[in-house]
Amino acid sequence: MQLNITEQDDIVRIEVQEERMDAHNSGDLKEQMLQLFDEGKYNLIIDLSAVRFVDSSGLGALVSGFKNASAREGSLKLCCLQPQVRSMFELTRLHRVFEIFATVEEAVDSF
Amino acid sequence: MKQVEVNITVPNQTKYLCMIGKIGESLAYTLNNYHGDREELAYHLNLVLTEALSNAICHANACDPTKEVRVSISASDKDLKICVFDQGKGFDIQPLAKMKVHETAEGGRGVQIIFKLMDRVEYLRKDSGNVLEMTKRLH
Repeated sequence: MQLNITEQDDIVRIEVQEERMDAHNSGDLKEQMLQLFDEGKYNLIIDLSAVRFVDSSGLGALVSGFKNASAREGSLKLCCLQPQVRSMFELTRLHRVFEIFATVEEAVDSF
Repeated sequence: MKQVEVNITVPNQTKYLCMIGKIGESLAYTLNNYHGDREELAYHLNLVLTEALSNAICHANACDPTKEVRVSISASDKDLKICVFDQGKGFDIQPLAKMKVHETAEGGRGVQIIFKLMDRVEYLRKDSGNVLEMTKRLH
């Protein structure tokens, strides 16, 4: 999975540069997040602007990151969801779990 | 009247999820006499095929690279039927469909998504494996 990682202050932005997040590639995102947690980086923004499709495995990877960040008193926030991806969060009611922002700037300002 | 029938067999590897999902997506834009939201149907067919295939590959066939998964999609004017054939031991799908998934559970949503989006779902023994049969009414 292609991920672009940038840091600003204590916030790490992970930009998922893939059209799909599914059982084939979402394990890579999970591993990357675990590596960041090991480095003491607990505040993450996942930028999903390039993602057109997400399945239950992709959602599971995001939930894993969310739980790990929360357990370390950090947070994982999402931004820039395409409408069909947003509908997946509503279908599974995960929109009630995650903080979801329209832009990266809004997500950064929320910390 | 039958509109289209697609049969495809792929090795038991998750790299084929995208290809099979996109077949479902393309099909949504080519169905005759469908008056619903085609963009939504395309996403749903992509999703249902991806979930069913990843279950077959990772769970039923236990990621065994020597196994295969066969997918059959047939559309008539009335409905669309998707069958995913695995070579595993099989399991009871009904408890998974009814199970309450905790909101922060990492897994357990795949089967429930299939049940939400399709009108009829059955998982049956077939020859030396199993078939997940999923039907969606088009009208």
